[in-house]
Amino acid sequence: MALTDRSSGHSRLRWLVVAIPYLWLILLFLAPFLIVVKISLSTSAIAMPPYTPALDFTAGLGALWEQIKEFTFDNYVFLTEDALYWESYLSSLKIAVISTFLVLLIGYPIAYGMARARKEWRTTLLMLVILPFWTSFLIRVYAWIGILKPEGLLNQLLLYLGVISEPLNIMPSTLAVYIGIVYSYLPFMILPLYATLEKLDETLLEAAADLGCPPTQAFWKITFPLSLPGVIAGCFLVFIPAMGEFVIPDLLGGSDTLMIGKTLWAEFFSNRDWPVSSAVAVVLLAILVVPIMLFQRAQKKAAE
Amino acid sequence: MAGKSLSAGKSLGPIRRAFAPWNDPAAKPFIQFQNVTKNFGDFTAVDDLSLNIYEREFFALLGPSGCGKTTLMRMIAGFEEPTSGHVMLDGQDLVGVPPYRRPTNMMFQSYALFPHMNVWDNIAFGLKQDGMPKPEIAARVDEMLALVKLEKFAKRKPHQLSGGQKQRVALARSLAKKPKVLLLDEPLGALDKKLREETQFELIDLQVKLGMTFVIVTHDQEEAMTVADRIAVMDQGKIVQIATPAEIYEQPNSRYVADFIGDINLLEGHISSTEGGVATLDCVGTGAKVQVIQDGGAKLGDHAWFAVRPEKVTISLTPPADPSINAVTGEVWDIAYLGDVSIYHVRLATGATVKATITNTTRLVERPITWDDKVWLTWSRDGGVVLTR
Repeated sequence: MALTDRSSGHSRLRWLVVAIPYLWLILLFLAPFLIVVKISLSTSAIAMPPYTPALDFTAGLGALWEQIKEFTFDNYVFLTEDALYWESYLSSLKIAVISTFLVLLIGYPIAYGMARARKEWRTTLLMLVILPFWTSFLIRVYAWIGILKPEGLLNQLLLYLGVISEPLNIMPSTLAVYIGIVYSYLPFMILPLYATLEKLDETLLEAAADLGCPPTQAFWKITFPLSLPGVIAGCFLVFIPAMGEFVIPDLLGGSDTLMIGKTLWAEFFSNRDWPVSSAVAVVLLAILVVPIMLFQRAQKKAAE
Repeated sequence: MAGKSLSAGKSLGPIRRAFAPWNDPAAKPFIQFQNVTKNFGDFTAVDDLSLNIYEREFFALLGPSGCGKTTLMRMIAGFEEPTSGHVMLDGQDLVGVPPYRRPTNMMFQSYALFPHMNVWDNIAFGLKQDGMPKPEIAARVDEMLALVKLEKFAKRKPHQLSGGQKQRVALARSLAKKPKVLLLDEPLGALDKKLREETQFELIDLQVKLGMTFVIVTHDQEEAMTVADRIAVMDQGKIVQIATPAEIYEQPNSRYVADFIGDINLLEGHISSTEGGVATLDCVGTGAKVQVIQDGGAKLGDHAWFAVRPEKVTISLTPPADPSINAVTGEVWDIAYLGDVSIYHVRLATGATVKATITNTTRLVERPITWDDKVWLTWSRDGGVVLTR
């Protein structure tokens, strides 16, 4: 019966391989998320941890049930009552949408140029796009402070050239947040766009030209529609993290720059209101699940 | 238009037989290459080439890969510009005219169908580009779909079609604009043998029906022979021979052409006599004498080759009446049985191999001539040609 033994060992191994990613997701995503959901249903308290109930799994099922009965949706109701929260969500959404569009506008020509560059240059160009990742994200955002602040490099240069007579107040402001997001997320747009544009069969453009289509029209009729999977992938890769961005608005944004990441941070660390900040996080996730699902559907369709 | 006079059921014979504008000195060439050279860096793809193609001709550019045939075609389409020389179409110089303003259309080897458009939109693409009114576009696309028998597939996307269907869509798309010249770049290369043969005849039929000029690029000599009125055999950026398929096969002008088209036996030697329109070749090694009817290509004393097709060589166990002329002897080295014919490989005393084809007119029970038999190979005086290059 060596054969059955071997095949059952085989299937056990297969099961293990499948289980590892699931285990990873359960342990590092689902479990923390459930903890956040649980805290969001709790009530703020001056204690350690700063909320009740703190579930005590050693006290027996009856006591646990009593604690669970204390759960409340008050925090979620509170989010709808204070304008700060939905204004933060809306402002984040606006900033994420506009910066995604700007990143697409800047990233597309770069990716196109890379894909049309001579073969021996492409790897180098790709390397240049990835190169900034070798430096910490935080340090790169700090570098932008050095460039954009009133006495920063940009103002010094413009003053020196005589373009302006007084330093511009670019930072802190929402404009600086846009600059920071566009800069930071540009590679996430360029890489998927480059991947689709590089695969594009150039004989299709020859065929279009042959049928009477000049190059500019051919771009909009052939190249752009065929690069849509890359456009969609790039947009989601930029939009989803930009929506919850905290570091960039915190470092480059002014007090008037409202973003949900910042609000969440303030709720958690300044107010020490863990339940409300947890509710903010859960709602943010719920908002992002919609585009994530749309993204997955688009990916599936592209794979067909 | 030839299409109007072609009534259903009649063979293409009268049209194809009478069509020979290249023999008419008054005929005006439709496509003209005048001393065209094309360099890619150090590589010369087309080398000082001149060529005339006539209206309504089905013209084939034939040669191995890298011989410049595709570059030549791409210069008609406008995807390549000549380094020097002129390409004329219908009296107009095409040099400098971008591809989207040329009255030519091309069917690509990869078909190059737009994957995000359905069959209907693919065919309509060029018509929309010309700003044709919508009802006319619809009528024209439907006409094209009917022509290639794909009416039921109008709403399909290219990836939902078989190879043969894709080929038809590509053909319909390139014909939709009624181009002055249709360029076909290895159009049938991706089809299986049977479908390819069927499609070849459909192409001829279509070309005669539409009365259009077709230029086909192919490396498949059978395909060129089947479809073309004339073939240009190319080698290293130059045309070696331009002639009708029959002339190319029966009267090759060089060993290169003879060898490229079909199977050939070559016997090397020197011309010892050219009296009375008959060249006599003394073969090297065997000393055999070959007499060939010729019209003066080979001169006395020339180093030359006698070229004869295997099907024109007769194989026999008994020596001919005069074994000193147009005959060689050897042993059967191998037999390739192909069903319809058998090819005998006969090894001569010099070590050279001569091939002879026998048509299997009866069912093969026992071979009358078999391995190791001593045989005689003979041919008639008009069976082959003498080549000096």
